[in-house]
Amino acid sequence: MQDGIVLTMRGIYKSFPGVRALQNVDFTLRKGEIHALMGENGAGKSTLIKVLTGVYEKDAGEIRVEGQDGPADIRSPQDAQNIGISTVYQEITLCPNLSVAENMFIGRDKGVGVRWKDMEKKAGDLLKSLGIPARPKQQLSSCSIAVQQMVAIARAVDADCKVLILDEPTSSLDDKEVEMLFGLMRDLKSRGVGIIFVTHFLEQVYAVSDRITVLRNGELVGEFEVQSLPQVELVSAMMGHALAELSDLDKQGSSDALSGEAFYEASGLSSAEARPFDFRIAKGEVNGFTGLLGSGRSESVRAIFAADHVTGGHVKVNGKPVNISKPVQAMKAGIGYLPEDRKRDGIIADLSVRENIILALQVMKGFFHPLSRKEEEAFADEYIKTLEIKTASQETPIKSLSGGNQQKVILARWLLTHPQYLILDEPTRGIDVGTKTEIQRLVLKLAEEGMSVTFISSEIEEMLRTCSRLIVMRDRKIVGELTGDQLNQDTVMKTIAGGEQA
Amino acid sequence: MKRREPFTDSQLLMSIAIGIFVVMYGAAMIFMGGGFLKFQQFFDLLNDNAALIIVSCALSIVMIGGGINISVGGVIGLTVMSCALYLNGTGIESAFGSTAMALLLSLGIGLAFGVGQGFLISYLDIQPFIVTLAGMFLSRGLTTMLSINPVKVTHAAFLDVAKTKLQIPFLGYTAQNGNLIPAKLETGAIIALCVVILSALMLKYTRLGRHTYALGGNQQSSLMLGINVRRTRFLTYVISGLLSGLAGFAFLMHKPAGNSSVAARMEMDAIAASIIGGTLLTGGVGNVIGTFFGALILATIQKIIGLSPLNESWWQEMASGAMLALFILLQSVVLSNRGKKAENAGKMKLKKE
Repeated sequence: MQDGIVLTMRGIYKSFPGVRALQNVDFTLRKGEIHALMGENGAGKSTLIKVLTGVYEKDAGEIRVEGQDGPADIRSPQDAQNIGISTVYQEITLCPNLSVAENMFIGRDKGVGVRWKDMEKKAGDLLKSLGIPARPKQQLSSCSIAVQQMVAIARAVDADCKVLILDEPTSSLDDKEVEMLFGLMRDLKSRGVGIIFVTHFLEQVYAVSDRITVLRNGELVGEFEVQSLPQVELVSAMMGHALAELSDLDKQGSSDALSGEAFYEASGLSSAEARPFDFRIAKGEVNGFTGLLGSGRSESVRAIFAADHVTGGHVKVNGKPVNISKPVQAMKAGIGYLPEDRKRDGIIADLSVRENIILALQVMKGFFHPLSRKEEEAFADEYIKTLEIKTASQETPIKSLSGGNQQKVILARWLLTHPQYLILDEPTRGIDVGTKTEIQRLVLKLAEEGMSVTFISSEIEEMLRTCSRLIVMRDRKIVGELTGDQLNQDTVMKTIAGGEQA
Repeated sequence: MKRREPFTDSQLLMSIAIGIFVVMYGAAMIFMGGGFLKFQQFFDLLNDNAALIIVSCALSIVMIGGGINISVGGVIGLTVMSCALYLNGTGIESAFGSTAMALLLSLGIGLAFGVGQGFLISYLDIQPFIVTLAGMFLSRGLTTMLSINPVKVTHAAFLDVAKTKLQIPFLGYTAQNGNLIPAKLETGAIIALCVVILSALMLKYTRLGRHTYALGGNQQSSLMLGINVRRTRFLTYVISGLLSGLAGFAFLMHKPAGNSSVAARMEMDAIAASIIGGTLLTGGVGNVIGTFFGALILATIQKIIGLSPLNESWWQEMASGAMLALFILLQSVVLSNRGKKAENAGKMKLKKE
């Protein structure tokens, strides 16, 4: 094995019944580098990781790990760990009821007894040297998710790992925590650990990675140095078609709609979570709320839908005053709301795709007027086709779908109620770039057909591409409204940061 | 920065149990006086409830591992009956020989149930509730099959051993006639105390003990952390079986007579004692010291009501029921407050930054 290389995978093949998940994939990891593994959903990232960690057996190919003579034979995660390959998953695989120190050492110790003093001292030293803000004796559940993740990493590092796989470690962390995690990753890198970083977030890749390997449809697209691969090219490498398409969305229609007749008007609307605000949306308009996390953007749209307890304000729909104090009243007034937290507020994991799709319509009709099975199937079929939801059948439990497809199911649920006004709160979070574009395009198409849409996203770029009016919030107050030429990254940032009122 | 670590959930719930016991016993001393002022009263709690204390530990260990075992009462009944029949029919005359054989028989029966149930639950993945329900029916059936009528132990040497008590003079009291009456602790109670201490040490200081907590905390994670989940779970049932047998032996030493309804519903009392002592039914949290006090709380309620004008069995059951409900309520309030506090602390930290 060449010097400075800790892992090589050569000519890896893996098929499942009906799917060729990996075809002739090569991967090389050097000592002390952070290597991002990128690809859209279904590109083969997870399969490659699972082959490497012994969850799946490869059909062909060779894996070599530094320090091993000949090809490595990895049949279980335990085998992988024994030759120095550790994985930290998105879902934390530690025991919340045990102490931090125990979580770092349990399952790896030998002998009958537990020597608490030694264990806690070792844990304390390691936590300190890695700069992880946790105490060895602390119960794990009292640590934040980010710290728990770091404890999992500390455990992996202590198990003498040469290769550390981080599988979507940042998806449940906020910016501050992500920064902390990156600090830890850089530290490990300087100690010579090779890190494989799997993520959806493009910015994060550029923030920490040295190299990027891109997969597409189970095949290797290439290995790139980060500096030599601009973000746009990375996206086109992942998607396989030029990015021009992505940046050219026609939002002319929705811009024209701005001055039109209002569908929804609120004055002084407030809820348990949101301060009073005025808001108006025209028919066929796409607007967006933007601001930092905690600025009140989600709270405001939740007030419109009455998802939180409404405390005051006057609302007019189609020019007529209405009372909206419960979500079902909002639905009857023609408003749909796709919540921010898909897993918690959106999907019902164990129900089928069909049942998830018809849910909102059924609620609106009332439970004493059930839809017939035939109607349900027809509706489900229609939306699976129009939204191109990738599912084995309409009876598949929604939890077995990918994130993007789950999101489309929820979208279908609302479209089925034929709302005149749809609120989408972070509809593209945790979704691959391809599906993101599809959803953005869908939003504009709906607007063209006369639907009003409010769109919220943490990615300003995405909002700029879809919205013709941006409402900027800061500290739970609306601080600006941007339209037309003002819709550029610079102005938005300035308005969010404060100072220049637009 | 040296500061005391806040209590873990297990420690917190245990402290609550101990606190309640102390308050309750103290109140009994103040308001009821009499027997409660003598140390013997406390020892009698141990003497009369040795079997309950032992099986409560057994149950706690299983529950911490995320399981349940409702066959323990039945196993005690079977053990007591088998030992009684064996002692009455045996040719071994010596005190040591007969006692040792009875102990071995008890442990053997317990082990057989533990291994059998543990195997079905851990290696064939059958629901523990169902398996141990079957074990409960089986053991009760076997007991009645052995003898429909009550069987009193008539083995003289064994009875002598059973009657022997540890005398502790300095905890005794002086009777009205001036004689010093020492405090007495029965063999069963001594066994129970040993079991409590040994299980506490096992849970805290052995790999098996820690793996049991991990298993109850999160089974999937335990697997990923490299713990042998099946073996750990199997062993918790083996231990609970063995302890049930031992509890049967302790029961026999206290009351040397077999009967088809011996230790009836004791599994329920043991579950109650575990929960009052801070063991969560969901697993991963608990502590046998807490369980010990949980059992004492139940025993004290029984004693207080027995000595009060409300001396009827339904009052006692209702009081135990109320206590259990109160405890669960208290636990969930305390734990959810903790959760909120942790959440708020997290938020505060972020705001500061």
